[in-house]
Amino acid sequence: MSLRVSAPLRSAGFRNAAPVFAALGDETRLRLVAFLCSSGAKSIAQLTSGTDITRQAVTKHLQVLANAGLVRDVRAGRERLWELEPERIEEARRSLELIEQQWDHALGKLKRAVEGTP
Amino acid sequence: MTQSTDRIERKILLKASRARVWRALSNAEEFGSWFGVRLKDQSFAPGQRTHGRVTHPGYEHLVFEVWIERVEPERLLSWRWQPGIPEPGVDYSAEPTTLVVFELRDAEGGTLLSVVESGFDKIPPQRRLEVFRMNSGGWDEQMKNIEKHVAAG
Repeated sequence: MSLRVSAPLRSAGFRNAAPVFAALGDETRLRLVAFLCSSGAKSIAQLTSGTDITRQAVTKHLQVLANAGLVRDVRAGRERLWELEPERIEEARRSLELIEQQWDHALGKLKRAVEGTP
Repeated sequence: MTQSTDRIERKILLKASRARVWRALSNAEEFGSWFGVRLKDQSFAPGQRTHGRVTHPGYEHLVFEVWIERVEPERLLSWRWQPGIPEPGVDYSAEPTTLVVFELRDAEGGTLLSVVESGFDKIPPQRRLEVFRMNSGGWDEQMKNIEKHVAAG
């Protein structure tokens, strides 16, 4: 919620979410994530086919996503495939749910206030 | 499950008249009493900034600050505010804000209140992170305190 917080609370949790949002703050990487999300594991060749992105560029983007824990590579025989790590995406999405929970708490208090006194 | 990353919406049926709900929302001091902010002698008026300290013991270092947009009696109240944690010496007036809109509607047995907060997509990643940090930090604990406080009194 939009409460301003001083230093003592800064050290609390979610340190891990920074690289997630930084990694997703790029259109190409966001597309890659969306594509992997809908299609499952893919090779670099499959990810670049039909696009004007080079293999090198995709590899670099995948590395950034991998460092943020958003994707991982798996070996399938001689092939190297990239797939999504759904947990980290969930973690990021959970942040909005936390804000929703705060509103629920606040509205619960409002309910007690208005229903208790005419 | 949250679908949109830009907005959240909550609705609640309150067994009270629209006039009563409106007072609890639009009277700054009364708003503060359930929201947990000291807003004595302040008001919510369009174009005005309203701010106050959080009142819960141990959390008085938190500041609530909103910029009121629309005030339409018994119908709509909206404001903008900034998620996140202030850095010393940074001017936040140009930082993106989220928009909070309270809307009242008649419903069977009372008043339906909806709250929509939108604009999260415009919040830079780093600021979003700060919001999350804050949420994951003392907030849950604070909420427990609020529950206790209300139950006790």
